[in-house]
Amino acid sequence: MKISKKLGVLMALAASLVSGAALAIDGTLTVVTSFPKDLTSVFKEAFEAKHPGVKVEVLNKKTSAGIKYLQETAGNNSSDLFWASAPDAFEVLKGDSLLVKYSPKAEGIPDKVGAFPINDPDGYYMGFAASGYGIMWNTRYVKAKNLPLAKEWADLKQPVFHDHVGMSAPSRSGTTHLTVETVLQGMGWEAGWAEWKEIAGNFKTVTERSFGVPDGVNSGQFGFGIVIDFFGLSSIGSGFPVDFVYPEVTTLVPANVGIVKNAPNQAAAEAFIEFLLSVEGQKLLLDPKIRRLPVNPKIYAEAPEGFPNPFKDKSIGAAVKFDLDKSKDRYNVVNALFDVMITYRMDELRSAVKAIQDAEAALEGKENPAAAALIADARALVAKTPVDEATAGDKAFNAIFKKKRKKATDKASGRQAEIEQEWDDMVKANYEKAMELAEKARSML
Amino acid sequence: MALRLAGVQRGPAVVGLLIAIFLLLFLLIPVGKVIVVAFQHPATGEATIVNFLDFFNNSLFRESFANSFYVAAMSVLVASIISMPLAYFTTRFNFGGTALIQTLGIIPLIMPPFVGAVAMQLLFGENGSVNLLLDEWFGFTLPFMEGLNGVIFVESIHYFPFILINLSAALGNIDRAMEESAQNLGANGLRLFRRIVFPLAMPGYVAGAALVFIKVFDDLGTPLLLNVNTMLAPQAYLRVSSIGISDPMGYVISVILVGFSLLSLWISLMALKGKDYATVQKGGGGLMKRDLRTWEKAGSYAVIIFILLLVLSPHFGLLLLSFGTIWSFAVLPDAFTLAHYATVFSTATQYIVNTLWYAGLAALLDVILGTAIAYVVWRTELVGRRWLDYGATAALAVPGVVIGIGYLRTFHGVNVPLIDQPLASWWVIIVVAITIRRLPYALRSCIAAIQQLSVSLEEAAENLGATKARTVWRVVIPLMSGGILAGFVTSFATAAVELSATLMLVARESDAPLAYGIYEFMQSAAGRGPGAALGVVAVLFVGIGAYVSHLIIERGKYARSAKSIVAEES
Repeated sequence: MKISKKLGVLMALAASLVSGAALAIDGTLTVVTSFPKDLTSVFKEAFEAKHPGVKVEVLNKKTSAGIKYLQETAGNNSSDLFWASAPDAFEVLKGDSLLVKYSPKAEGIPDKVGAFPINDPDGYYMGFAASGYGIMWNTRYVKAKNLPLAKEWADLKQPVFHDHVGMSAPSRSGTTHLTVETVLQGMGWEAGWAEWKEIAGNFKTVTERSFGVPDGVNSGQFGFGIVIDFFGLSSIGSGFPVDFVYPEVTTLVPANVGIVKNAPNQAAAEAFIEFLLSVEGQKLLLDPKIRRLPVNPKIYAEAPEGFPNPFKDKSIGAAVKFDLDKSKDRYNVVNALFDVMITYRMDELRSAVKAIQDAEAALEGKENPAAAALIADARALVAKTPVDEATAGDKAFNAIFKKKRKKATDKASGRQAEIEQEWDDMVKANYEKAMELAEKARSML
Repeated sequence: MALRLAGVQRGPAVVGLLIAIFLLLFLLIPVGKVIVVAFQHPATGEATIVNFLDFFNNSLFRESFANSFYVAAMSVLVASIISMPLAYFTTRFNFGGTALIQTLGIIPLIMPPFVGAVAMQLLFGENGSVNLLLDEWFGFTLPFMEGLNGVIFVESIHYFPFILINLSAALGNIDRAMEESAQNLGANGLRLFRRIVFPLAMPGYVAGAALVFIKVFDDLGTPLLLNVNTMLAPQAYLRVSSIGISDPMGYVISVILVGFSLLSLWISLMALKGKDYATVQKGGGGLMKRDLRTWEKAGSYAVIIFILLLVLSPHFGLLLLSFGTIWSFAVLPDAFTLAHYATVFSTATQYIVNTLWYAGLAALLDVILGTAIAYVVWRTELVGRRWLDYGATAALAVPGVVIGIGYLRTFHGVNVPLIDQPLASWWVIIVVAITIRRLPYALRSCIAAIQQLSVSLEEAAENLGATKARTVWRVVIPLMSGGILAGFVTSFATAAVELSATLMLVARESDAPLAYGIYEFMQSAAGRGPGAALGVVAVLFVGIGAYVSHLIIERGKYARSAKSIVAEES
């Protein structure tokens, strides 16, 4: 009896040893990511050095393509991790139940950075670095064109910046979406859109991908870009004649990682997350070609001089209390509105805003109430948004823009194309009318 | 029907059927699976055409349609102006460096993604080198890269090689006797070209012009580069690729692009209908080549050099970018370095090797399929044969991202036996995707070649006792060789920089092609130089490939013409 008991213990021990050996991580770890090679190669090398049995296979796809890839391959999944910036991309995957929960063991990471929670409250994805939006500019361009510097969003709407600003569209870049939403929440729905449209009136371009903005500023194609911090910081790090600043109204947002459901190599995936969050992994973020804000506050002690520290400098990302639920509820409407009002009607908007700016310049120092009233009307027409805040946040209204009907019986009233056409009619007519009024005002001066 | 086929038709019928199955499996079904939402009611999922009504009710889409049409038509015009002198001088006259000129004329087709765009902006953009110099010297700038005219400018210098290649091949196929007869009757100079030579080369010109028109109409890269959103292809792309939202209009626009492209193809076929371009004599090796007087020669060279400088300028920009350190708001980079090439050769050689394999295999498959389709369409009476042509050409208008998603959707559940992994993540699927996307190029060249080939040559061979298969192998294919090679070069060149479908399908970094490598580099500020270096490598490889092909063509012509002279003398 005694012997058999001992044997049992031994056997259990042996079994645990064997299973322990099976858990020792090896094999291939497939990571789908939107991060540049400059970032991924650093982490890949360090991780492989730490876990020699594992080969990291990096699949670089832009965020939207990465989501589509995971959705399409879900039935026969071959990816372990999804690693990207925008929290909303992870929300989409979470909504499609393509991620699994994981609670990281790493220590020393606070709950929030700025006003934003670092990890998904439901535990499906974790933040490993923080980023905030700001303004970057090309110093040669600014000097050659004799421009002042823009340090706040509101600066960018000054007439002097006409045709000098670039930005990406929120429907294409999750981080751009957060910037747009941050200003909308910080200033309120109506005022926020008015602000965006006045800034957009100075746009040189709306780029199709988010990297197009730093690319354009680096080349000197346009002078100022609304970009996420690491685009600016890493461009400086690579030697381009550019500079970067955080405006007061910005949101710090975590860049994330999450384990894909039915991951072929779950153990390695977990090890990778732990590595990202470890002190060793966090330090890698300070690499001059990466330059992202670590989520472990201790790391900043080793950061180069002038490197922003959101845990110390409370002004970064603290002005707005970002309401994640509000953002989520109206996500699609905000994207569609931006495209209809700004991206697709860039020329009309630009001409209208230019006409207003010219009229105002002519009015400067003169007393002409009639002209001033016309200009105010024109401004109001440009600012007008086809949807009020309540409708934008309405679930049923948002459902029209959603891709999947969950059940065949789900119905949404109205079609996206139909609604966009209504918006477009209104927006285009308003811009044209605004231009007319502004020109009329100008002719009176 | 198949039962009543005469014996001679059975072979082609089997070939036609196999091609039809291939197209069905790798084009129609995957694409159908994606664009089916275009025909579903967005709210209820019922079959409907309401989305198409929405399209035509939407003023933004109507504007986009008009813009796309205008840009495509103007690009054909400008591309013709660029390519005609090049094709004419190099095929009509004894001219040093013909193969070199023809090769350089193909290079513009290979514009590596992303880096090409950056190079263009640095050179021709509002604050690019040219405008900075103009501003400094004369105090004004030119909007090369603004709006629709900018799109036309870039598209024309990007796609004119389609006309150049096909027109040159066609000029090379014209029967010398025709020209001699015309000369004997007193025609010469421009009149000879306008009334005899050009009309006889019509199939080649129309093939090239149709390609330019359809390609520009469906092109996505250039409008995105210039940030012109009010055209159809970018509208489709922006709607397909936005996060979270899925708007059926993206797919509706894709269907409309396909439909309109097929319509323009059909019109181009109608334009050639009822005329016979075939010539019997093939031994002469094309038009008689004339010597030019010295001043004529100097003038011709001046024109050619000017054109080449213009169309190759983006590649000069690319070269500068690949050797430059920092290039920002300046006429030239701040300093030069070899470091970017070192980076490429230490980290990215795998991409280069993969690309040579993929593009080579795809181009080979394309000319095989293209020749087979051309033969089935023009030499048999099979029912529905034209649909092979339409079907294959439809691929031109399908956005690459739609093909990518369609392949994932269709083939991810299919495991390849023996290697036991999904077909969608096997490297072969990338080759298939590229083959499908580039088939239209090879196909147009092959069809132009067979249109110029008189059926009486085949009849003669058969009368002499050759079987159908032997006739095809020994007579048809050798006489089509110029067109086939032109098709291979265009397919290969454009396949080497294919991005949109492959970006979706790459499942392992070790399987990734060069375009993916460029994309990866171009995601970060420091990657611009290495990305450009990789682009230059792609251009070099394709250039060498094209040059060798031209040497082969020239040698073939020389061999044939030499023989015919011997025959005349004896």
